[in-house]
Amino acid sequence: MSISETKQEQRDMSSRWLGRLGIYGVMNRDNNLVLLIAIMVTSFVLMASLRPDRFLTLDNFDSMAYQFPEFGIMSIAMMLTMLTGGIDLSIVGMANLSGVFAALAMARFIPEGTTSVQLVFYILGAVILSLATGLACGLVNGLLISRIGIPPILATLGTMQLFTGIAIIITKGYAVFGFPEQFTVLGNEALWIFPIPFIIFVVCASACAVMLNKTSFGLKLYMMGTNPTASKFSGINNAAMLVRTYMLSGLLAAIAGLVVIARTNSAKADYGTSYTLQAILISVMGGVNPSGGFGTISGIVLAVLTLQFLSSGFNMLRFSNFFKDFVWGATLLAVMVMNYLVNNRRSRSRALGLDQREAIVGESDHIDMRPDARRVQE
Amino acid sequence: MSRPFLEVRNVSKSFAGVRALENVSLTINQGEIRCLVGENGSGKSTLIKIIAGVYAPDHGDIIIGGKLFKRLHPIDSIREGIQIIYQDFSLFPNLTVAENLALNHEMSQRRRFVDWRGVNQIAREALARIGVEIPLNARVEELPVADKQLVAISRALLQHARLIIMDEPTTALTRREVDALFRVIKGLQQKGISILFVSHKLNEVYEIAEKITILRNGKNVADGDTSEFDRAKLIYHMTGRQVEQSRYEREAGGDQARPLLKVENLSRRGEYSDVSFELYPGEILGLVGLLGAGRTELAMSLLGLRPPDSGRIYIDGKPIKIRSFEQAVKQGIGYVPEDRLTQGLFLQQSIGRNIVVGTIDRYLNRFGLIDSRKVNGQISKWVRDLSIVTPSPLLPVQSLSGGNQQRVVLAKWLASNPRILVLNGPTVGVDVGSKAEIHRIIRELARQGVGVLLISDDIPEVLNNCSRILLMRKGRIVEEFTAGMVSENELVNKLSGAA
Ligand SMILES: Nc1ncnc2c1ncn2[C@@H]1O[C@H](COP(=O)(O)OP(=O)(O)OP(=O)(O)O)[C@@H](O)[C@H]1O
Ligand SMILES: [Mg+2]
Repeated sequence: MSISETKQEQRDMSSRWLGRLGIYGVMNRDNNLVLLIAIMVTSFVLMASLRPDRFLTLDNFDSMAYQFPEFGIMSIAMMLTMLTGGIDLSIVGMANLSGVFAALAMARFIPEGTTSVQLVFYILGAVILSLATGLACGLVNGLLISRIGIPPILATLGTMQLFTGIAIIITKGYAVFGFPEQFTVLGNEALWIFPIPFIIFVVCASACAVMLNKTSFGLKLYMMGTNPTASKFSGINNAAMLVRTYMLSGLLAAIAGLVVIARTNSAKADYGTSYTLQAILISVMGGVNPSGGFGTISGIVLAVLTLQFLSSGFNMLRFSNFFKDFVWGATLLAVMVMNYLVNNRRSRSRALGLDQREAIVGESDHIDMRPDARRVQE
Repeated sequence: MSRPFLEVRNVSKSFAGVRALENVSLTINQGEIRCLVGENGSGKSTLIKIIAGVYAPDHGDIIIGGKLFKRLHPIDSIREGIQIIYQDFSLFPNLTVAENLALNHEMSQRRRFVDWRGVNQIAREALARIGVEIPLNARVEELPVADKQLVAISRALLQHARLIIMDEPTTALTRREVDALFRVIKGLQQKGISILFVSHKLNEVYEIAEKITILRNGKNVADGDTSEFDRAKLIYHMTGRQVEQSRYEREAGGDQARPLLKVENLSRRGEYSDVSFELYPGEILGLVGLLGAGRTELAMSLLGLRPPDSGRIYIDGKPIKIRSFEQAVKQGIGYVPEDRLTQGLFLQQSIGRNIVVGTIDRYLNRFGLIDSRKVNGQISKWVRDLSIVTPSPLLPVQSLSGGNQQRVVLAKWLASNPRILVLNGPTVGVDVGSKAEIHRIIRELARQGVGVLLISDDIPEVLNNCSRILLMRKGRIVEEFTAGMVSENELVNKLSGAA
């Protein structure tokens, strides 16, 4: 068989692949998705079997659907920044600050006796103000990281303090409340059986999924996260990409902030500080590679649901919050260990493409060995 | 003398259904210099990784120094005295040159604290052996490819090896370094050390090898003394067909055209000075020189990555300041970088994504979303046109053989339809057959009016493709040749400044 025949054969093979998969090259295949689904189902079944009387009720589903959207949206924001190989610790700070701005606008600036039509415009104004705040905060992060070159973890640690500080100064540390009813429905009502926060989450997740998989921005984001040098040499403007990503993170944070104030009918400068770590946890558990370039929205959604099932279940079992933290940590570690095992077995049986981790392992055990070799020879 | 040091017997290896090796055997005697040749993806690197113990073979035996290894681990291979320079170097990118060189030594001393003076001493001596100077405290990731390659070579030579395997060690080197390396190799041979050498540069193979082993499609096809193979026979065994080289002639009439790119008195302190030249549409202009002559630096300035201190650049006769790579791309300049692993490729991403990343904005539909049909069409077109050998373009680029990775880099830039294409070592590590194919594609582009600036260390490549050749030395363009006016020998001599 001559080489040209083989090449022809391989060519045919690749077009067969093409047909079977429909689309290739642009889609992100996530091998860990199956594992995540299994874990989600397991935690669901576990919780359902421990307290079927309370877990498997419409009430419970309803309340879960009100609870997870806020940190779900924040987790998506976290994921986007982690795709670039960065991180955004200021998400909660941005959410609170934008929430406080919207809250103040609604609680202080709506005059008495406004008609309900006018009220809608005031609310719209407050929403726009808060989204703009989120974008502006994200812009600050993006510029600090891309233009000044501060590592993301430090830049956003600083701005987290900054944004929270501003919110505290403006509110003097008090909660702001008293919003028009037309606004609080956003956090407390349902369209048919779907709570509005849940709908907002679904819209955000779908929009981000489309952005990541179907737009050139999304493709470039994955590529830049994988290798920033090569992306520069591909004509991608890394700095602009970073700024846009952190602005998106700010925008999502502001949306989460609005959901929070609508649901709780109050805005506080220091609400939900534990959400930061939770969002990181969800991202990593959802399969986002912290060094950038890999991760999917579906992974995030599955991880968010898993944690919500666990958390609601533990509440019903009346476990303390400490125990909850313990189980979350344990779940995260379990997922990472299982990921490692699954990948390793797959690679041993099929040796399909050294992935980054294997390459590093392979190389280092190579080099670790050398001194011994020297010793033997000498 | 002819005691076998290493015997590989009937080794087979598959990856996810791809047969990389099938019943391959290889024997290397003590003090023998053997070359392993074959097309891209023929299994050379895989065979080497099996000898290294990195991959376990599916079948077959490995016998080192008379000992049969059922399951060879990397440590066994190293203990038996096998040192390997991998195609991708496997250096520590975040350590300095000196640390990379002296690390093993330091570790074997089992000292608690690093003896920095000793480290620099070892490193300096290691580099001196092959006669090169590289700043010892530069971080390896910041070095140009050629220097990385030299560091990897020096490191392997430092160990007390009995067999040194070099997987394409010379791809980024110019004549001077290759000569020095070959002197070292001959010296090692005198001491009874065996060498296994992989290269696609046939000149080098003829220069250094005593024996040749040829692989094709993962199978042994020929094995014997170098003298048994002439060039044509060697190529025939590698490719299974005849490959002919022809010279490119620029179509007449191009001369009156306005230059696409004109560079006037361009200088940048410490890198190059007073560089002027013109590039016409349809022309392939060669740029040759030794390492450090300033060729890559000049290219970087054309691409907006290192602004020149003085001088002017004109595109289509209009003066222009190129401040960023994106701007260069907007002006229709494409660049195939010399360092494919860090600058050219997203190794963990799919082949398809790597091909379309630079041009994705052209495949959007009415809604601004990626048109998967068009994108997939493009991907399969380039995989086909450049004969990239892979079962699926969904696989990560790092699953490809070195030469096939290089084709992906090329595909990415060819896909962007540049008007000016700067190629920095476009066929590095590409086998002879495909090299001819890539040359054909480059000429075809030129025929369509693209101006090509070809930076290359491969002298025959430059002579066969370029209509004019610029020779750079110490940052200046010192001579210009017209195609056909200079022979290979003359050019090689001029390069090293001998004539
Ligand atoms: N880790 C891997 N996963 C999947 N396929 C692989 C892997 N490594 C190698 N291959 C495949 O095995 C075949 C042989 O590859 P190999 O790297 O040995 O070629 P090579 O002779 O070194 O080529 P080159 O001259 O281009 O370096 C190729 O088809 C390649 O795609
Ligand atoms: Mg190879």
